[in-house]
Amino acid sequence: MSGKPILHYFNGRGRMESVRWLLAAAGVEFEERNFETAEQRENLIKSGKLMYQQVPMVEIDGMYLVQTRAILRYIASKYNLYGKDLKEQALIDMYVEGMRDLYDIIMLQPLCLPQDRKETLRVIAERANQRFLPVYEKALKDPGKNYLVGNQLSWADILLLEFILMVEECKPGILSAFPKLQEFKARISKLPRIQKFLQPGSQRKPPMDDQAVEEATKIFNLEKGLYVKHKGVILADF
Amino acid sequence: MAVKPMLHYFNGRGRMESVRWLLAAAGVEFEEKILKSAEDFENLVKGGNLMYQQVPMVEIDGLNLVQTRAILKYIAAKYNLYGKDLKEKALIDMYVEGMRDLNEMIMYYPLCYPGEEEKNLNFILERATERFFPVYEKALKSHGKNYLVGNQMSWADIQLFEAILMVEELKSDILSAFPKLQEFKARMSKLPSIQKFLQPGSQRKAKMDGKNLAEAKKIFKFD
Repeated sequence: MSGKPILHYFNGRGRMESVRWLLAAAGVEFEERNFETAEQRENLIKSGKLMYQQVPMVEIDGMYLVQTRAILRYIASKYNLYGKDLKEQALIDMYVEGMRDLYDIIMLQPLCLPQDRKETLRVIAERANQRFLPVYEKALKDPGKNYLVGNQLSWADILLLEFILMVEECKPGILSAFPKLQEFKARISKLPRIQKFLQPGSQRKPPMDDQAVEEATKIFNLEKGLYVKHKGVILADF
Repeated sequence: MAVKPMLHYFNGRGRMESVRWLLAAAGVEFEEKILKSAEDFENLVKGGNLMYQQVPMVEIDGLNLVQTRAILKYIAAKYNLYGKDLKEKALIDMYVEGMRDLNEMIMYYPLCYPGEEEKNLNFILERATERFFPVYEKALKSHGKNYLVGNQMSWADIQLFEAILMVEELKSDILSAFPKLQEFKARMSKLPSIQKFLQPGSQRKAKMDGKNLAEAKKIFKFD
């Protein structure tokens, strides 16, 4: 029994990518059991290990953790990436929750209809520029402020780097009006564990291409899912 | 000087209702600044205290907390409703995150496309009875205790109680196949702080109707 966390998902970013980032940044080696077919996913469901029959799921410390936020909070707390008191935790929570709103839109963007893609990308860029990036730029404004909260690395910093890289994939040059974020990006990327994760061959997953979208659609029965759609935020059944 | 938490939102349930439930169940008195017009909301945004120019926002302990989960987590931790160790926290998190998924579906239901009401309603009820309630029924059955986690009241219990009531508003006999949840509901209903919140005249908000939806659309400028 190696004791390494085991991540159950498909071979793509989706909702598991933030978990991979966090574990990597914490220097925690982990294994992945990626299912490749709908049948494999169904077998996992039948095993009873998925509380809500959904992934992501992470086997860690004798638990089968599900729900992305529950997983991330556990890892952050365990590896001292969650600030030093309740108020720092609240600040970290506000930062990561804000990112997640836009993150979900970016994550689902490859699945949107081709005719909607351009508008979706435009909305992503606009929200990033106007609502989210300014918040983090401001948080890093004071001289000597290397991290978002409490002057030590927290999961807010790690997810912010992930977030920046994902937004840049949607709109290169998005950081042009945010000098502090540019410095932040450079600085956090240089941390040894993060540098390692950014190397080719690491467990980081690439953006979804059309083939990956097709595979995910099959594995998750996406066409049969039901959507409650509002203002471009799809609450999808997967 | 104990300053009461101040909740900033419109006069409806939306994303703030879970916060009201948590504070009420914890016996924490709170005040509300109710947004009544688009101008009220714009002024609040201009005030610079909304990190992402969004509500809910709760002023508490010198912080302007935004993002529903951040608010709920802070309150839960502060008032000892978050378990006693990391593993209990993880269990509570898994439970409340599932409940939040259900909560969101119900919250968005009035916004669904005309003609799709029945489809969406059935989807919500199916999810409640097949994905979410069985989990909590099983948890209560497996340990036989009164609360979901660690034999003491937590955020998960309060969130579950709220979820049950909301689903019952859509289908009154939704708990018919869940005896443990029925007992749970009865037990929770009797707690003094919850009983108080269930009285007419409390700060609990009414279920969204057409008028309330129109109000929200006007204030937050969406359609």
